[in-house]
Amino acid sequence: MSLIELSDVTRTVLIPDSDPLTILDGVNLGVEPGERVSVVGRSGSGKSTLLNLLGMLDLPTTGELCFEGESVPDMKSGRRDRVRGGNVGFIFQQFNLLDGRTALENVTMPLLYARGPRFWGRERIAADMLDRVGLGHRLTALPGSLSGGEQQRVAIARALVRQPKLILADEPTGALDVETGQSVMTLLDDIVREENAALVTITHDPAIAARSDRHFRLDRGVLTLADDIVAVS
Amino acid sequence: MGGFLAGIVGACAEAWQEVRIHKGRVLLSLVGVAVAVCALSGAVAMSAIAQQATIEQADSAGGRAATLTMSMQSPDTTATGRSQATQAWFDVLDRYDIAYATRVLWDQGRVQFPGSVQDVNLQVVDQPYAEMHRTRMDDGSWFQVGDSSRLAPVIVVNTAFWELLGSPALDSHPSVAIDSLGGAKAIIVGVYGTSAWDTYPSMYMLTSHFEQLVDPARAAQSSPQYEMWVPPDLARDLQGRIQAELSSALGSSGSVSVDRTDWGAQMDDPTSILRVITLVIGGIILLLGALSLLNIALVTVRQRIREIGIRRSFGATSGRVFFAVMMESVVATFVAGIVGVICAVLLVQSPMVSDLVSFGGISDVPPFPVSAAVFGLVAATLVGALAGLIPALIAVRVKVIDAIRY
Repeated sequence: MSLIELSDVTRTVLIPDSDPLTILDGVNLGVEPGERVSVVGRSGSGKSTLLNLLGMLDLPTTGELCFEGESVPDMKSGRRDRVRGGNVGFIFQQFNLLDGRTALENVTMPLLYARGPRFWGRERIAADMLDRVGLGHRLTALPGSLSGGEQQRVAIARALVRQPKLILADEPTGALDVETGQSVMTLLDDIVREENAALVTITHDPAIAARSDRHFRLDRGVLTLADDIVAVS
Repeated sequence: MGGFLAGIVGACAEAWQEVRIHKGRVLLSLVGVAVAVCALSGAVAMSAIAQQATIEQADSAGGRAATLTMSMQSPDTTATGRSQATQAWFDVLDRYDIAYATRVLWDQGRVQFPGSVQDVNLQVVDQPYAEMHRTRMDDGSWFQVGDSSRLAPVIVVNTAFWELLGSPALDSHPSVAIDSLGGAKAIIVGVYGTSAWDTYPSMYMLTSHFEQLVDPARAAQSSPQYEMWVPPDLARDLQGRIQAELSSALGSSGSVSVDRTDWGAQMDDPTSILRVITLVIGGIILLLGALSLLNIALVTVRQRIREIGIRRSFGATSGRVFFAVMMESVVATFVAGIVGVICAVLLVQSPMVSDLVSFGGISDVPPFPVSAAVFGLVAATLVGALAGLIPALIAVRVKVIDAIRY
């Protein structure tokens, strides 16, 4: 059973005084546990919409979306939020760290929505996670005082702190220089492998996409295998 | 249960972070609400002081609630006739065990002051009068129970009277000659407080002394009122019974009327209009505070849209976001309410304010009403809930996919 599976998914939006706009058209995609998948595509091709569907932030207009075999549209809103919080970690292009909160508070944030030992031991768990991404010495640093690479490492720690089964990275190196981007991706790959989580990376950069096991191209809402991208080990 | 507790603690942790990070905004909303609650609680408490001052002024004139006043219209104005009426009144006092009662007679006394002779107002009363009319003493004391057996008459005078004598020390037992009472020398035992505009000299004398000194022919021209202080809830019943008994005792020789003369007989509460006005003013102040809070909260929640989107993407449910935003507002306004009530207590309990509100005419300053404090806190919390409701609804309706790109 796939971790998450899209079957013939279409996503359209209504536009006033015009025909509905089709953003995703007949998308089929299954992501297995521990698998690394990349999706490349130009701006406006529907990459972010695909990521929102994979992250259960959005629902398909038609077609099926299942997480661990359970239909996502059939889940109640609260359950969908809890399933997302417990199983999906997001890494954004612009980092999206919370202003005014320290690195530790940012990484602690997802654990505020956990239960049991993870909730009550949230600060220790978050500190350990920051240590794993090499920021054990910057726990109290505010986002504004961190470099771009450090901010993205805080974002990686935040995405992984609840030990999710699926990591969704939206242009994770888009705001970084090439060298920093490579080092951040190496770190992300290593930690994802250690955690045995699945990673879906959306990127413009074929070099970043090449780090994945399977590669897809999204063009005008249609998802196809990208045979021209060769995986690098 | 564990999840519920974690939810509460987690929401508190979020709220605390929010308060810490947005100190300026939180302080601003706290100040606005605290001032509004201070004004509201203060207005309610000050209205209680003003109410007490009004009641005390009314008590000073008509007696405390409930004062029954008996007056007689009788063709028999001889000493025998008056004696018969007084005896009938005493019988009523005994029968109903009425401890506070006084006769009241208004007269004029001609008094020799240093360098002049002046007519002064003379009120002839019994010893319980001061308690029944809240007579405040500025110096010395009111008549004591045994004073009626003193050989020399004793009087209690007002400030104007005392100042005409040169404000002598009362422990030197100053006395004045009252020409209209056969030149009797009366010893001043006390000076009672009056309002600043009461500049005409006045004095009180005990009925027993007056009856000994007054010319019988002159006494026949005036008849006293008989006042009784009775429990308000029994007043109506007693009024009818006493009137019937006194009419029966006096027979056909005169008519008796027994009426309530205290403020409570005039209306239910003479300060109700004042209270309504202060509550309306307080409500308007609180409404303004609430609008200011709502304004700040709306601006804030719009600034937090991206943050809300990020939290939602990491698992915050809409209920959790709603609760956190509401709780921030409610907790902040509750704290502001406590600060506002403390400020109101300090303000209202200061002697300067209570003197100002009561025009200096209050003897029993009421404690800060608990109802005013509770009212302020409840109002603040309700305002917090209402002001938090709209931002919380906005926060819940935030579209996560739009918010994280905000």
